[in-house]
Amino acid sequence: MSSVNRVGYFGSYGGRFAPETLMGPLIELEAFYSRMKRDAQFQAEYLDLLKTFVGRKTPLTLASRLTEVCGGAKIFLKREDLAHTGAHKINNAVGQILLARRMGKKRIIAETGAGQHGVATATVAAKFGLECVVYMGKVDIERQAQNVQRMNLLGARVVPVTSGTQTLKDAVSEAMRDWVTHYQESYYLLGSALGPHPYPEMVRDFQRVIGIEAREQILEAAGRLPDELIACVGGGSNSIGLFHPFLADTQVKMTGVEAGGRSSKPGEHAARFEGGSVGVLQGTQSFILQDQNGQILNTHSISAGLDYAAIGPEHAFLREIKRANYVSIRDHEALQAFRELARLEGIIPALESSHAVAYAMKRAAELQPDQIILVNLSGRGDKDLNTVLQQGASS
Amino acid sequence: MSLSERGPNTVAFIPFVVAGDPDQDTTLKMIDLLIEEGADLIELGVPFSDALADGPVIQFASEKAASTTSLDDVLKLVKRAREKHAGFRFVLFTYVNPILRMGEEEFAARASEAGVYAVLVVDLPPDESVVYRECMAKVNVKTVFLASPTTSLERFDPIARDSTAFVYYVSRAGVTGVQEKMSSTLSVEVKRLRERTDKPIAVGFGISNGGLAREVAQIADGVVVGSAFVKILEQGATLAALDQVRVLAREIRTATRNHS
Repeated sequence: MSSVNRVGYFGSYGGRFAPETLMGPLIELEAFYSRMKRDAQFQAEYLDLLKTFVGRKTPLTLASRLTEVCGGAKIFLKREDLAHTGAHKINNAVGQILLARRMGKKRIIAETGAGQHGVATATVAAKFGLECVVYMGKVDIERQAQNVQRMNLLGARVVPVTSGTQTLKDAVSEAMRDWVTHYQESYYLLGSALGPHPYPEMVRDFQRVIGIEAREQILEAAGRLPDELIACVGGGSNSIGLFHPFLADTQVKMTGVEAGGRSSKPGEHAARFEGGSVGVLQGTQSFILQDQNGQILNTHSISAGLDYAAIGPEHAFLREIKRANYVSIRDHEALQAFRELARLEGIIPALESSHAVAYAMKRAAELQPDQIILVNLSGRGDKDLNTVLQQGASS
Repeated sequence: MSLSERGPNTVAFIPFVVAGDPDQDTTLKMIDLLIEEGADLIELGVPFSDALADGPVIQFASEKAASTTSLDDVLKLVKRAREKHAGFRFVLFTYVNPILRMGEEEFAARASEAGVYAVLVVDLPPDESVVYRECMAKVNVKTVFLASPTTSLERFDPIARDSTAFVYYVSRAGVTGVQEKMSSTLSVEVKRLRERTDKPIAVGFGISNGGLAREVAQIADGVVVGSAFVKILEQGATLAALDQVRVLAREIRTATRNHS
């Protein structure tokens, strides 16, 4: 249904809008990846690392007290927070580092927003003894200091990006500038289902393990498929990873949760579907936040990982064919969910994942007790303690 | 096919200016000055908030100008400049998103009406440009596509075919910005492309002084100088800055006319 047809397109979204110098490296990567996709040895190595290094499978947890408090559908949590390094990002990092090694690259480039992808990349680079450079917006460096320290410990070099909004978008541009200059020895390990083809497809494939496991686990735990899947959407890798293996199960509703930020005013949120329109940013055609002249708008979210002006192209497609729908959750709602989950379930979620939890809580109350919601808890919240504690003090 | 219209053995001098850097009046002054100093074509950069193919100098200028100068404004600038400099060839250098926002067909019509000679869309490779090329062909505005050291010969053929004005060869793998010397393989690369096309080939990225321009003029039909001019304006559009622009423009014009 949602396969890539025209080169790198999902319906009319996606593509490869890259400067010519990157076209050669992108085409080479595409060809190499499509070989590895069918290479049994490569796939076995990937699965083995997921098991022995990442610690998969991650559990599926029934959030019984949260369910009780919401008074509706049963809420299950897919525990990506329990994966090594504390978020789903490691699944993709493991897959791509294997590609990089097989391509003979010695140096790994990555961008990061919340720092989770940077940490995941620094981790796999350390494991395989590769040099690692992570670009991170200066604003994000300040709000995710702990992850910066982790990356340093892992031997990566974190480069502050001071251009533009000093967040994820600017880190992506800077990583692409590095790659275009050092493509011969470097591999660009992009962290979300974004950017020029083949990244959206490849990152999705490496994240599908989330949905594949969750589908088996819910069948085992509940004897049936869930009524609704809920996941947060920054670029959209954890959500597409959860959704994709359920696409053929048309009775399963899918909801992506964007960052509603402070308000619906331009510059105060990152809700690309509500506040955006079709355009091209950083290599892919999708919904983006832009002004009437096609300049990219500033974004805001309390969670650095959702603070990005474009949404992954496959999500735009799933929305268009009405297979998935998308909503947004405000900063304060996410903060509240963060606290609730900690108190009720003994799980401190990432602020990104808290957006999904917040919507699940609303949604559960609208559904019946015999219905099931499956939430992707994409990461853990240790990195967000400072942000949350500051908010607590000021509110 | 020659790119300069000043006769044989003359290579086109193509300065690049970010429109609206630091303001639109300055851009008009720069255009006057560069034409006076013998520019054959001028590349006008359409400001964009996320100029990922550009190095820090142009990126910063572009980001700043993006808040004051839209694609619409750039088209108006071209129109105004052409009232004074009838027939002069302006090439727009832009990212694709402002064009998509305006609509490809609308953009082509407006560009034609403003008298734009050609357009280069840095993040629109020929593979993604079918509709755009149709729109441009319909109104007779020419197209320029990039080729670079990472471009395979297989890719080069459609690039050359789809470039109706000239092919822009990126002198090195990387972003825009000044450098000390040109890539040692540049002339071999350009010669290799010449065997496959009759279209003029302009070379840009990193050409920052007369010496480098002279070197490139041996092998190219046009020499694009961008960041070096934009960098001068970082101090503001002072008289001293404009003088420096004039000095550099002369140096490069001399290098492109008297090469042997």
